[in-house]
Amino acid sequence: MADTPTPSVAPSAPTLRRSHPLASREEDLRALTGGSVGVRPHLAMAVVRAAVPGPAARAAEDVLGTALPTRPNTWAPAAPGGGGEPGAVVWLGPDEWLVLADEPRPEALEERLRAALVPVGGSAVDVSAQRMSLRLRGAHARDVLAAGCAVDTHPAVFGAGTSAQTLLGQAGVVLLSRSDAGDDYEVLVRSSFARYLADWLLDAFVEHRGAEAPRDPAPDPVRPTTGGATP
Amino acid sequence: MQLIECPWCGPREEVEFSYGGQAHVPYPESPAELDDEQWAHYVFFRDNTRGTLAERWNHGAGCRRWFNAMRDTVSYRFSAVYRTAEPMPASVPLTGAGSSSASATTSTTTSTTTTGR
Repeated sequence: MADTPTPSVAPSAPTLRRSHPLASREEDLRALTGGSVGVRPHLAMAVVRAAVPGPAARAAEDVLGTALPTRPNTWAPAAPGGGGEPGAVVWLGPDEWLVLADEPRPEALEERLRAALVPVGGSAVDVSAQRMSLRLRGAHARDVLAAGCAVDTHPAVFGAGTSAQTLLGQAGVVLLSRSDAGDDYEVLVRSSFARYLADWLLDAFVEHRGAEAPRDPAPDPVRPTTGGATP
Repeated sequence: MQLIECPWCGPREEVEFSYGGQAHVPYPESPAELDDEQWAHYVFFRDNTRGTLAERWNHGAGCRRWFNAMRDTVSYRFSAVYRTAEPMPASVPLTGAGSSSASATTSTTTSTTTTGR
């Protein structure tokens, strides 16, 4: 197509609009779950591999400002810089951790960790595009999870600081518990499964829709409201 | 659904796991000297136990780690799970009639550690 007219190019460089896999579901999630399901887009994530105990683990702990959680199914709050909400270090395996951070430039997290880890035999890889973060809050968060997840999420065994890599609605997820009351969870799902899981969550929320509001305090019309003995 | 206890993550549903065949099949010590028949035995031949068999399992939807498990091939009941670095628990009775090689492996293990949790 040699005769195609060249479009008039603006003098400034073209800008790319930043988007994410759940951009098309954000509005539905907000409207249909009453804000109980939120999206945390553009979270910086990195996978850290290090032998523990060892120099690489110590280097990672210096960068993260917290000890690497060594107990399976746990996570710890971390501050790997970047500001915003505090990040997290999630146990993925005996020598593998997932680092989450609010970071304007996701590669910066990898660069900081890599600079500290690689010289002492560890590794850090940017996986920011691998997973999306969904936040489940409210009194029905546990019921919604229970509809498609076999892991026991009772606060007695799944309180704040615990995590699980498991299946939710048949999609692989990393589940973080952020509260001891069982009403605040973070779900990390692979980006290609994110829209599926968002739709699954919307469906699971249907039976709880409107239940977040306080119940109507009007008296039950069947029973007498005066109470006491009836003749 | 059956729950399988991952030595790292704890009890999880069966669908999170994948089966990896018989455990404790040693790699030949001098592979260059094996003839075709011996290679075929190493690659393809496995115990066909009726009863408890030591098996490899992978927790694919969880920690993605391999581990070993003692499972009854008749009842599907798991009697023990242990990490790959740990010896086969000798306390678990091998009930299978045809589990001669598994019994032989058990007799060589001296440790009586219980299931790795």
